[in-house]
Amino acid sequence: MKTYDLIVVGAGIVGAACADYASAEGLRVAIVEPGPVGGGATAAAMGHLVAMDDDPAELALSRYSLELWESLSNLPQAEFSRCGTLWVASNERELASIPAKRARLAAAGVETEAIDSDTLYRLEPALAPGLAGGMRVPGEAVVYPPAVARHLVDRAVERGARMYSRRVAHIEYGGVRLDDDTRLQGPALIATGCALAQLLPTLPLRARKGHLVITDRHPGLVHHQLLELGYADSAHGDADSSVAFNVQPRPTGQILIGSSREFGSSTPEVSLPMVRRMLARSFRFLPALRQLDALRIWTGFRPVSPDGRPYLGRVPHEHQLWVAAGHEGLGITTSLGSARLVVDQLLGRATAIDASPYDPARVVA
Amino acid sequence: MNEYYDVLVVGAGPAGLAAAQAATSHGARVGLIDAQATAGGQVWRHDVRHAAPSLARRSIGGALTHSRVDWLARTQVVAVETGSLFVEDPRRGSRLDYGALVLATGARELLLPFPGWTLPGVTGAGGLQALAKQGWPLAGRRVLIAGSGPLLLAAAATAKRHGATVLGIYEQAGADAVRRFAGSLWRWPAKAIQAALLRGQLAGVPYRCGSVVRRALGDSTLRTVELEGPHGIEQVPCDQLAIGYGLLPNVELAQLLGCELRWEGAHPQVSTDIWQQTNIDTVYAAGEVCGIGGRDSARVEGAIAGHAAAGARSAAMALQPRRRHARAFAEALRTRFALDARVYALATPDTLICRCEDVALSDMDGYTDTRSAKLATRCGMGACQGRICGAALAELGRFSGGGQRPPLFPARLSTLGDTDFFPLATIEE
Repeated sequence: MKTYDLIVVGAGIVGAACADYASAEGLRVAIVEPGPVGGGATAAAMGHLVAMDDDPAELALSRYSLELWESLSNLPQAEFSRCGTLWVASNERELASIPAKRARLAAAGVETEAIDSDTLYRLEPALAPGLAGGMRVPGEAVVYPPAVARHLVDRAVERGARMYSRRVAHIEYGGVRLDDDTRLQGPALIATGCALAQLLPTLPLRARKGHLVITDRHPGLVHHQLLELGYADSAHGDADSSVAFNVQPRPTGQILIGSSREFGSSTPEVSLPMVRRMLARSFRFLPALRQLDALRIWTGFRPVSPDGRPYLGRVPHEHQLWVAAGHEGLGITTSLGSARLVVDQLLGRATAIDASPYDPARVVA
Repeated sequence: MNEYYDVLVVGAGPAGLAAAQAATSHGARVGLIDAQATAGGQVWRHDVRHAAPSLARRSIGGALTHSRVDWLARTQVVAVETGSLFVEDPRRGSRLDYGALVLATGARELLLPFPGWTLPGVTGAGGLQALAKQGWPLAGRRVLIAGSGPLLLAAAATAKRHGATVLGIYEQAGADAVRRFAGSLWRWPAKAIQAALLRGQLAGVPYRCGSVVRRALGDSTLRTVELEGPHGIEQVPCDQLAIGYGLLPNVELAQLLGCELRWEGAHPQVSTDIWQQTNIDTVYAAGEVCGIGGRDSARVEGAIAGHAAAGARSAAMALQPRRRHARAFAEALRTRFALDARVYALATPDTLICRCEDVALSDMDGYTDTRSAKLATRCGMGACQGRICGAALAELGRFSGGGQRPPLFPARLSTLGDTDFFPLATIEE
C-alpha cells in the first residue's frame, strides 16, 4: 500500500494542472491515468483561452485562470498565440448588447474594445458583408492543450509525483483501488471529466458531444479567434443540439472550425449532418471557408453539470474525496484556476476567489 | 446529385476496369470512380508523350465506352454510410448508392526515410514514373533508381523513354535472391516476357544488387547520392533519385467501411473469400488492396469481383485457377525482395519522418503508443493523413496506424457543408 498526500485521478488538463500545483506546493502526488495524457476532451478541445461573461462565477474563474496562463505563454510546446478574440455582431440587436458585455468584462478586469463595422472589416476582411460590428478582446490567446497537459504532468513527475497508467477500479475509504488491485492511500481528487459519472454517480454530469474540423494551411485568412455573439446562447442553452460560428487561426496557418453541441449522442463517430450544419453556419460568417479543404474532423465530449459550472471542492458525505470536473467547454481556460481552488481548499488555505459557487454540495441533498 | 448503381467500383486500374467490364457483361449498371482524370491506375497511368500498351488500351476502352458504365473521373471518396459513398469531384459533392461495391483502390509506394529523402530531386520510383508520364521534363537529366522490386525496372524504363540518362538501378536485395526470383519467372510467362522486354529497353543500364542508398546529399536540391554496395561505399553525382521500397495496399476506404483486414508484415490488406467478397456482404475487394500481386492478379481478381458482385458466381468460379497462379507470383515477390536490415537503420535522429508536420524521428522517442506520440508531435496529422509516415513508422517497427474517419481524403468544405447528402435529415439553418 502506497500513501500519498493527494491522488489525482485523471490526467486531462484539469488533473494535470492539479498534479502540477499540488506537487509545486510540496505534496506527494500520485497521478492515475490509463490512457494518454491529455487524450480525452483535452485533445479534442479548441484551446481557446477566453473569458465568458454570462455567468459571474465562470467569469471570475476564467479571469483568475487567464492570469495564471501567462506563466505558460513562453512555453514552446504550448504554442501560445495571442491572437485575441473578436466577437462578431450579426445585427443591431447584437451590437446593442456589447456595452453591457464590455462593462461586465471591465468589472472583472478584462480589457476590451468596441469595434464598429468598418474596423471589423479592416481587422478581418474575409468576413461576410453586412455584419454590424463587434467586440475585441486583445489579450486572449489560443494554445495546444494536450501538449500543455503533458508538460504539467512531466513537471509534476520531475518533482516526485508518481504516474500510474492504470484505471481506478473503486474509490475506497481513505483512498482508491486500481484495476491491478494496487491500493493507493490518501485523499483522492477526481478529475476525470465525463468519466465522473462512473466514479461519483451522486454528482450529476452529462456528456455534450462536439465536432471540430481542421483545414489545410491558409495563413492570413483570419487573424483572431472569431465567435458570433450568439455563441453564448448555443453554449449555455439547454437545446438538444446547437451550432455556433467559432473559428480559430492555428499558428500553423490552419483554420479550426467549430462548434457544435449535442446531448444524447454517446458514440465518437463523426456525424455528417452535424458537420454540415456547423459548416453551413460558419459559411454564413466566413464564405471563403467554402474553398478550403478539410483535413480532419473529430469529436469530443464536454462534461456538463446541471448549472454549467464545474464541481470544484470536497465531495459531500465522503471522507477525503475531492472533485474537479464538469467544465463543459471552458476546461482549458479554467483548468489552472480550478486546480488552485481545489488544492488550496484541501490545504486549508484561503482561496484567491470565492469557491462557493463551485461547491459540489450544491447538487447533493 | 444522387445516383444508384448495381455495382459501384472504386479505382480504375487493372482490377477496377476488369470488375466494371465483368459486371456489365451480366447487365449490371456500373459506376466507376477514380481520383485521376484518366483511367488506368498507377500501372497504366496515362502518358502524355507515349501511347499506352495495347492491353491497357483494350482494358480501358472496354470498360469506359460501355453504355452501362458511368465513368466518374477526378472523383474522390469523402465518407461512407451503409449502401452509399459520399464523393466529390472538382465541381460538387454527391451521394452514390450501390447494390454492391468493389474496392479496387490499388497500392501506393512504401517510402522509408533516410538522410536527405526530403530534398527536391528525390521522389519515389513510382512517383518518378508518374511525373514523367505527366510530362515533367526528364530529358538529359541523370537519374538514379534505387530501392527494391521489379517496379524499379519499370521506373527506369519510363525514365529512359522520356529521355533521362539512367545511371543505374540499385536493388537492395542480394544477387542470390534476385537470381532465384528471375529463375522462377518461367512459371509466369507473361511476367517473363515483360521482364525480357524491360531488360531490352534497359540495355546498357547497370543493375546492382545488394546496394542501399545511405544518404541523399545537396544543399537546396539533390547533388549526390551515397550508396553502400557489396564493394563498399560510393558517391554518385546525379540530378534525380527515384527510390521505392515496394508497394502498400490502400486499405483506408475498406477500413472506414469496417472491412476485416489481415496483416502482411507491418501492413494491413483486405481479407476476402474466393469470390473477393469481404466480411461485409455487399463489399468486394480486388487487386493490390488484397495484397501486392501485380497487374495480372489484379485483373483476374477484378473480373472475379465484378462477376460475383453482379451475382454471376459461375463465371467467377471459372477464373479461380488463374487467380491462384497469379497470386503465387505475389508470394515469390514478397520472399525474394524482403528488405535488408540495413534499410531500417538509415534514418538518423534528425531525419524527418513526417514531412507534412516536420516531425523528426527523435521527436517520436519516449512515446509508447501512437496516440500519445501523435498528440505530442502531430506526426501523421497533416495533408497525407499519415499515409506516408504512418506506413514508414509501421515498417520501422515503431507504431501501427490508427483507425479511419471521414474525410477519407482532404475534402472541400463546400462538399461537407453544402451537399445535400441526407435529403431527409433536418438541417436547421
